[in-house]
Amino acid sequence: MRPNHVHKKIKSIQFGLISPKMVKKVATAKVVTPELYDREGYPVEGGLMDTRLGVIDPGLVCKTDGLKLKETLGHFGYIELGRPVIHISYVKAVHAFLQTTCSDCSRILLDEESINKYYEKIKKLLELNRTEDVAVITKLIRTSIKNAKKCPHCSAKQTKIKIEKPSTFYEDQTRITPIEILERFEKITDDDCLLIGINPEFARPEWMVLTIFSIPPVTMRPSITLESGERAEDDLTHKLSDIVRINQRLFENINAGAPEVIIEDLWDLLQYHVTTYFNNAIAQVPPARHRSGQPLKTITERIKSKEGRFRNNLAGKRVNFAARTVISPDPKIELNEVGVPFEIAMELTVPERVTEWNLDWLKKYVKNGPKVYPGANYVLDGGRKRKITPETQEVILEELGPGHVVERHLQDGDVAIFNRQPSLHRMSIMCHKIRILPDKSFKLNPAVCNPYNADFDGDEMNLHIPQTEEARAEAETLMEVQTQIMSPKHGLNVIGCIQDSVTGNYLLTKDETVLTKTDAISLLINIGINKPKTFKKFKKQVTGKEVFSAVLPDNINFVYEDVQVKNGNLIEGIVGPKTIGKSNGTLIRDVHRMYSQEECVKIIGNIAKLGLAYLLKRGFTIRTADADIPENVMNKGKKIIAQAIEEVNELIKNFNKGKIKNFSGKSVDETLELMIMQKLNETRNETGKLISKAVPETNNAVIMAHAGQGKILNLAQTSLLVGQQALRGKRIEKGYHNRTLSLFKEDDKSPLAKGFVRHSYKQGLNPVEFFFHAMTGRDSLMDTALRTPKSGYLYRRLANALQDLKVEYDHTVRDANGTIIQFNYGDDNIDVSRSEGGTIDVKKIVDEVTKQ
Amino acid sequence: MANIISKYKGKIPRPLIEELEKLAKVNKLTDNQIKKALAKLEEKYKYSLIQPGEAIGIVTAESFGEPGTQMTLRTFHFAGVAEMNITLGLPRLIEIFDARKEPSTPVMNIHLNSPYNKNEKHLEKIIARIKEITVKDVLLEISINILRSHIELVPNKSRMKDLGVSEEELTKRIKEDFKTVEIENKDNTYFISFKNKEGTLPSLFILKEKIKAARIKGIKKISEVIPKKENNEIVCIASGSSLKDVYAIEEVNFAKTTSNNLFETANLLGIEAARQLIINEASQVINEQGLDIDIRHIMFISDLMTNKGKVMGITRSGITNEKESVLARASFETPIKHLINASLTGEIDRLSSVVENVMINQPIPVGTGLPGLIAKTKKEKKKK
Repeated sequence: MRPNHVHKKIKSIQFGLISPKMVKKVATAKVVTPELYDREGYPVEGGLMDTRLGVIDPGLVCKTDGLKLKETLGHFGYIELGRPVIHISYVKAVHAFLQTTCSDCSRILLDEESINKYYEKIKKLLELNRTEDVAVITKLIRTSIKNAKKCPHCSAKQTKIKIEKPSTFYEDQTRITPIEILERFEKITDDDCLLIGINPEFARPEWMVLTIFSIPPVTMRPSITLESGERAEDDLTHKLSDIVRINQRLFENINAGAPEVIIEDLWDLLQYHVTTYFNNAIAQVPPARHRSGQPLKTITERIKSKEGRFRNNLAGKRVNFAARTVISPDPKIELNEVGVPFEIAMELTVPERVTEWNLDWLKKYVKNGPKVYPGANYVLDGGRKRKITPETQEVILEELGPGHVVERHLQDGDVAIFNRQPSLHRMSIMCHKIRILPDKSFKLNPAVCNPYNADFDGDEMNLHIPQTEEARAEAETLMEVQTQIMSPKHGLNVIGCIQDSVTGNYLLTKDETVLTKTDAISLLINIGINKPKTFKKFKKQVTGKEVFSAVLPDNINFVYEDVQVKNGNLIEGIVGPKTIGKSNGTLIRDVHRMYSQEECVKIIGNIAKLGLAYLLKRGFTIRTADADIPENVMNKGKKIIAQAIEEVNELIKNFNKGKIKNFSGKSVDETLELMIMQKLNETRNETGKLISKAVPETNNAVIMAHAGQGKILNLAQTSLLVGQQALRGKRIEKGYHNRTLSLFKEDDKSPLAKGFVRHSYKQGLNPVEFFFHAMTGRDSLMDTALRTPKSGYLYRRLANALQDLKVEYDHTVRDANGTIIQFNYGDDNIDVSRSEGGTIDVKKIVDEVTKQ
Repeated sequence: MANIISKYKGKIPRPLIEELEKLAKVNKLTDNQIKKALAKLEEKYKYSLIQPGEAIGIVTAESFGEPGTQMTLRTFHFAGVAEMNITLGLPRLIEIFDARKEPSTPVMNIHLNSPYNKNEKHLEKIIARIKEITVKDVLLEISINILRSHIELVPNKSRMKDLGVSEEELTKRIKEDFKTVEIENKDNTYFISFKNKEGTLPSLFILKEKIKAARIKGIKKISEVIPKKENNEIVCIASGSSLKDVYAIEEVNFAKTTSNNLFETANLLGIEAARQLIINEASQVINEQGLDIDIRHIMFISDLMTNKGKVMGITRSGITNEKESVLARASFETPIKHLINASLTGEIDRLSSVVENVMINQPIPVGTGLPGLIAKTKKEKKKK
C-alpha cells in the first residue's frame, strides 16, 4: 500500500547558526523591490512573491524546480542589508561576547595559562560528548572575566559594556555600532569562542550580527484571497516588505551621501523592523501592528505556545480517516463493538489490496461505487489515485487487477480506534470492531462508558480507521477493549456493569425473585444464551439466582462477602456493584483471572444484558412516595433534630458564660465551632441510621442505593434532613459584618444562622436554607472549574518528564539517555495491569490448592 | 518445606514467597501441595511480569493525571477534634512533584524516646522546649511613647507563667538580641530606649517590631506543637520544620521523627530519605483523597525525582531540563530559549526519545517501535 519511496531514517539533527555565506548559497533569488505583484496580478520578479521562491497561485510554476502549487516546497531568497543589524534573539550572547573579549585585540580576557588549562579540559569533555559539563565551565569563565579591567594580551584598558534594551550597546557612553561589533567579532579566534561557550564550527559570533538577510519561501507565508477578491498578505510578508523598503531607502541615502543623522535614523528603523520580524513581543519594543491595530504574528509567535508550531503541528498532528459524532447507548451490541452510521461508513474507507483471490469480491464494491453501500470510493493503481465516478467506473473495473488497492467502505468487523477527549489514560483510546447500524450517532455499550468517562448527554467521540496491516494488528492485539479491562493505575477492572444492569442483576438475584420456566428461558434466549443442558435442569419455578448462574462459566468458584458461587452456580448472596460493578467488581476480576480476556468481555456483556433484560421485564421506577417515611419515624427524626439544635444552643450559652475550655492549640472560639460541627454532623449520621432502619428493603430508593446508584444518605436528605452546609470545612460564615445574612443578629452562632438546613428536600427549604444550600453548590462548581486546569498542567508536566522512560530487555527502567532509574520496575517487575490489585493473590492460590 | 521453597528463591519476589510460606504453615499444607502452589505462583508471576519496551513512564503519568481531575482543591483538613491545618489534595501533590524549597505547611511528626512517649508527665516540658515563644507571646501591651522616645512593654504575667518564661529570661533575651538598647523596669512596665541616641519614630517602630519577633525559647519557626495519641504512643505534631534542632533534643527519638520538608530531609538525612519521604507524602495525599493509585507508580516518580542524587522537581527547570534532546525540551516550555542556546553550542539531537520522533514522523523508540529486525542479505549468507 505504500508507494515505493526510498526509505530513509533521520538519525540526528544538528543545530547551529546559519552563516551569511550559507544564506547566499541556499538562496535562489535576490529580493530588490518591496513590490509584490504587477498590474496584472502576477508576482514581480525580484519581489517578495518572486516565483523563484515558490508559488502559491494555481496555474503558476515555480521557476526554481518547475513544480506547481502544493508540489513545490518553496525556496529561500536573500537581501543584502545596507548596514548590519543585530539578531534580537542573540542580544544576550552578543553582550556576553563584548564583555568577555578585549575591545582592542578581540582576544578573550583570560591569561594564556588559564586559556590552555580550560581549553584542554573543554576539548576532553567535548570528545566525551559531555556538553552539560562544558556549559558549566564556560559559564564559570564568563562570570570570572566579565569585570576584567585590563586585557592580559595587549594590555588595553577595558571598560564596562552597558546594554540599552533592546539592542543598543554602549562602551563608556559611546555607542558601539553593529559595524564595530562585527569587526570585533570577526577577530575572535575559534579557540576563544569555545572558551566563551559557543561552538565555532556551527556558530561564529559574527553570524549573530546580520549582514545578509534570508527571505523565507513564499509557501511558508501564503496570502489568502478574501471574498471580495482582495488579497490579504501573510503577516510575515508585511514585515518583510517593510524590511525591504527601509533597506532600499537606506541604500539610496548612503549612495546619495546623505548626512549621517538621516542614515542612522534609517538604520535604527531597519533594526526595529528586523527585530519585530523575529519577535514582536519584546518588552521595550512597540509591537508592529496591522492597520486594524492588532499585533502582527511574526516568527517567534509562530513557534511559541500551545497554538505554536511545536505543540500544535509537531507534537500533535491532524489525521485523515477519522470521524466524529454524538454517541448514544446500545446495550445490545458487544462491549468491543462500535455502532457506525451508514453515512460515516460510506465516507471512511479501508484499503484492500487486490489479489487473484479477492478480485471478484472487490469488483462488487467498485461496481457499487461511492453512493451505494457497500461500495468503494477510490482505486489506487501504482502511484495514481482515481475516484470512482459513473464516468470512470467502467474503465476502472476493466483495469482492476492484482496489485491495485481498492478503498472500500467500512463493514462489520473492520478494525477501528475509538476515542473520547480528554484522553487522560490509555483506556481513553481503545480498539473496537465496527458494526454498521442505522441512525446517525455512534453506538457503544454502556459498560465501556467508564473507561472513556462518557455519558450520553451530548458527548461526542472520535473514530479512526487504521490504514495499514501493522496498525490494525497493533490495534487489535494491544488496544482492543478486552485487553484493557484491568487498569494499570491500580490493577482493578475499569470495565464493569453500570446503572440499570447492576440494578437488574441486583433485583434478579434477590432471594425472593422467582420466575416461571418459560419466562426464565425466554429471558436467556433473548440475550443470546442458549444452554439446553441448563434449561433442562430448570424446574417449574426458577429462582433468579439460577437464571444468573446460566451466564456464568460452568466451573467458576467464587466467594466475596456473602456472595457465593460454586461450580458456576450462584448459591448465596445478592450481586451488586461490589461483585459485578466497575473498579471493584470482584467477580469480574476473578473471571478475568481464570479465563481469557475474550471470555471475560463476553461474560461482562452477558451479565449486563441479563440485568437489563430482567429490569425491562420487571420494570423499575422511583417515585415521590418512596421518600415518604412512617409518621412515627418522622417524629423521631424531628425530635433528634430539635434536640441537636437545643444542645448546640446550650453549648453557645455555656460559651457566652465562659464555661467552655479550649482544646490545646485552639482558641475558645475555634473550640466551640469544632464542638458544634461535631454535634451537627452526628445528628445527620443519626438521622441516616434512623432512615436505613425504618425504611423497608423493598423501597425503590433503597434498592437503588444497594445497586450502587446513590446512597442511603440521599434518601435521608430527601425525606428527613439535609443537614449542615459546609464551606471550606467550616460552617458558613461569610456575608455581612459578623453575621451570615442581615436577618440574623450579629455574632449569632446558632445552627440555623450558620447554614444548618433542618428541612428535607421533600419538605422544601426555606429561603435562608435555600440560600445557604446554593452557596455550597456554587462553591463546588468553582472548585471544579479551578481544579481542571491545575491538574491538567500537572499531568502535562508529568507526561513530558516521564514519556521516554521504558522497561528495557534486561528489565531495568531507563530514560532516553540510558540512565537507569530503577533496576527492577517497582522492585518486583510486576505489571500493575496484569496483577490483582497491584500484587498476586497468594491466598487464592493456597485456597485452590487445598480444595483440590 | 524449606527445601522446596528455597528452590524458588530468586525466581519469585521474596514477599510473595514469604506470604506463601506463612499461609502454608497456617493451612498446614503438605509438601506436595506447597509444590503445586509454588508452581502456580510462578506461573502467575511470569504472566504478571512487565514486558520489555513497556512505556512505563507514560503509564505512571496517566495514573496520576487521570485521578488528578477527581481530587479536591480543598487545601485544609481537620481530622478529629484538635488538629492543625495541613495542605492536602491536589495543591499538596503539586507541591511535592514541584519539589518546592519550602512546603506551604511544614509539619514535623516528633516521636519521643521510651519513657517519655507513654507518659504525659514530661510532655509539657518537652513541648515548651520545641515550641517557639517570642516576646509577642508574653505581651500584654507594647507601645511607643513619642514624648520620651522609648518603648513601653507590659508583660502578661499569667501567660508567662503558663509558658514557663521568667522575667529574667525576657530581659536577658532583649539585652542580648539588641545590644544598643537599655531596659528599665518600673511598676511592672519595661521602658526600652536607645543607649546612645535619641530614638526617632521610624527607628522606634522598627525596634518595636523586632522586639516582638524576638525568640525567647524554643525552636525557630515552630509555631505550634500538639500532642496526639498514635498506637498507644504520644506523638507530637509540630507545625514548622527544623529537624536539626529537634534531633538535638535528648528526649526526641530521632530515628522516627520526620518532617515533610523535602530539601531539609535530603540535606540532613540523605537522598534515600528524601526518596522515601516523597513516597510517604504522596501516598498520604492519595489515600486521604480516597483514591487508589498503585504504590509502584509513586515509587517510580520518587525514584526519578531523586535519580541524580539531588531532589529535582518535575518542572521545566527540573527533570525536563536534564533531557538530552533539544526538541524534547523545546516542545515542553520556552521553546525559543532552547533553540537559541542549541544553535549557539551546536547541539546535536540524536532523536533518542519520543517527541522528536513524533515530530519527524518516525516510529518512537518505545513499545512496538523498539524492536528492529536484522536480516542477513544473501551476500552475507554466502560469505559464511
